[in-house]
Amino acid sequence: MGKIKLLQGNEACAEGALYAGCNFFGGYPITPSTEVAEYMARRLPQVGGAFLQMEDEIAAMASVIGGSLAGCKALTATSGPGFSLKQENMGFAMLTEIPCVIVNVMRGGPSTGVPTGPGQSDIMQCKWGTHGDHPVICLTPAYVQEIFSETVRAFNLSEKYRTPVIIAFDEIVGHMRERIEIPDPGVLPIVNRTKPTCPPSGYLPYDDTKGDVPPMANFFEGYRYHVTGLNHGTDGFPVNASPRIHTDELRLIRKVEANKADIVKFEETLMGDAEVAIFAYGVSGRSAKTAVEAARKEGIKVGLFRPLTMWPFPEEQVAAIASRVKAIVVPELSLGQIIFEVERCARGRCKVEGIFRVDGDPINPAQILAKVKEVK
Amino acid sequence: MAFDYDQYIRGGKLPHIWCPGCTYGIVFKSLLRAVDTMKIAKDDVALVSGIGCASRLPGYVDFNTLHTTHGRALGFATGIKMAKPDKRVIVVSGDGDATAIGGNHFIHACRRNIDITVLVFNNYIYGMTGGQYSPTTPSGHLATTMPYGNIDPSFNIPDLAKGAGASFVARGTAYHAAGLDRLIIEAMQHKGLSVVEIINACPTTHGRRNKFKSPTDMLLWMKDTFITAVAFDKLPPEKTAGKLPMGVLYKKEGLPEYCETYYGLVERLKKQREGRA
Repeated sequence: MGKIKLLQGNEACAEGALYAGCNFFGGYPITPSTEVAEYMARRLPQVGGAFLQMEDEIAAMASVIGGSLAGCKALTATSGPGFSLKQENMGFAMLTEIPCVIVNVMRGGPSTGVPTGPGQSDIMQCKWGTHGDHPVICLTPAYVQEIFSETVRAFNLSEKYRTPVIIAFDEIVGHMRERIEIPDPGVLPIVNRTKPTCPPSGYLPYDDTKGDVPPMANFFEGYRYHVTGLNHGTDGFPVNASPRIHTDELRLIRKVEANKADIVKFEETLMGDAEVAIFAYGVSGRSAKTAVEAARKEGIKVGLFRPLTMWPFPEEQVAAIASRVKAIVVPELSLGQIIFEVERCARGRCKVEGIFRVDGDPINPAQILAKVKEVK
Repeated sequence: MAFDYDQYIRGGKLPHIWCPGCTYGIVFKSLLRAVDTMKIAKDDVALVSGIGCASRLPGYVDFNTLHTTHGRALGFATGIKMAKPDKRVIVVSGDGDATAIGGNHFIHACRRNIDITVLVFNNYIYGMTGGQYSPTTPSGHLATTMPYGNIDPSFNIPDLAKGAGASFVARGTAYHAAGLDRLIIEAMQHKGLSVVEIINACPTTHGRRNKFKSPTDMLLWMKDTFITAVAFDKLPPEKTAGKLPMGVLYKKEGLPEYCETYYGLVERLKKQREGRA
């Protein structure tokens, strides 16, 4: 039996990071994510890890990448405007394949928007925020316990696939307090990056001959190598020629897309006989679950598909659902973003209807139930 | 015996990208001689840069090298130093990289007094993108984005560093290369944030548009303009026109270094816990 605690989502995120072995935090204060930084500011000095409040969001992201390259498991947490500012350096970490975890506690936007209200309108930015083609892993927990365990999973995926991992949840889940159990050490598996076993003279930091995820040497461990945000060869030095750039970018995408079976995670509720499916995540997923219970009491055959991995997108699962239901309802705290992915995967095989809201309040179960009745 | 640069240069990575007449090669060699004098193991050095001509330097050197995003080298370097405070972290930057897009990181690194050595290669121009004015371009000078002459007031980098709290501030030039070795060594020996502004010449995008007929003219300008801080301070005010001081311009020992303070806190908390146990 682990420890039982009453924590808010942001605190559970920090606890999950520490459980995963996080020993570096670089951040900048921003509502509604600040409690992650505050928790780490208190805890990291106690466990010998490094805590930095940097001068801005950009430097915070930079420090996290530097910390990881020097061998730490590194975390940053932010929200809307800060997430925008981090994008360039996130792309750097993607191209240079430096593991790190970025938490985005989503609020309303654009611009300063609704700092104290929930939003889900950064979900496409999680995928496409930085310029260029790039691999993205983005997890979307909805419960405090889930934020804890998904944060552990985020670190594990980041170390395993040598890539940044985004955790995107919303202000409501971030600030909500729930009872959670923190498992004893060793209960949840912990993954650490694969280090090279070859002598330094033979080390190629981006060697793609033995798999899509090359072993990663930390700085100062005898493997003196070059890291650059320019497209690079297997030795890490700039390359400005065909076909290397193309093939290497394909590998970056492939190391995530080809491992969807390992990365994609979701929860299905009463989907077996469902004639209407709800696709919802985060706080909207919680409302949807209540709506499903209410609808079932009225004899309406409705189920919930709740993605815990949003990127890579659960394409096969959504396609399969689309071929056996009349309609998919997509409630989201945006004016319609993830619905386009659902439509793309449904390919016209069923109706896809959205419920959109951006006024700083959640979509309530009654709204979802009404839409379900409308489309069934 | 001639200095063996090859022991520090990565095989097959030269020739460098710098134009004929560029003075970065002079500074590059000075940095290698300085590190050699300090007898620091190559494994223990991280050389970090942002974007620009100077920022290509780390790629040629056999250290742990990191070529980051424009202006952000100090953010990355701060993360590395906090993760491994016993290692040596050196940042190579340019005038635009350090004081325009990276200005915020520059002043805050100075304020924290973290033990990083920052070498700012000041060539008064954005060279890599073809000659746009930077925060150090002298007023009136021509640049592609100041085609009628620069109207922007310019930064004095040592003053900026000192004002922001750097505990070691120096200025050297590519012309005074021997003195530059000593400045870089002294900067690395200093515990805390050390800044060395290094005056450089970009004949290709700055000099030829601004009445320097050759790269040599730019070096001669350095020779005529920069005098030691000691000599500069002795000049009567009316004779300082057209002269600038070089050497160690400011140094304050004994200020708390950031990592020492942080890990001192970690130790203190550990002792408190042990005391309670």
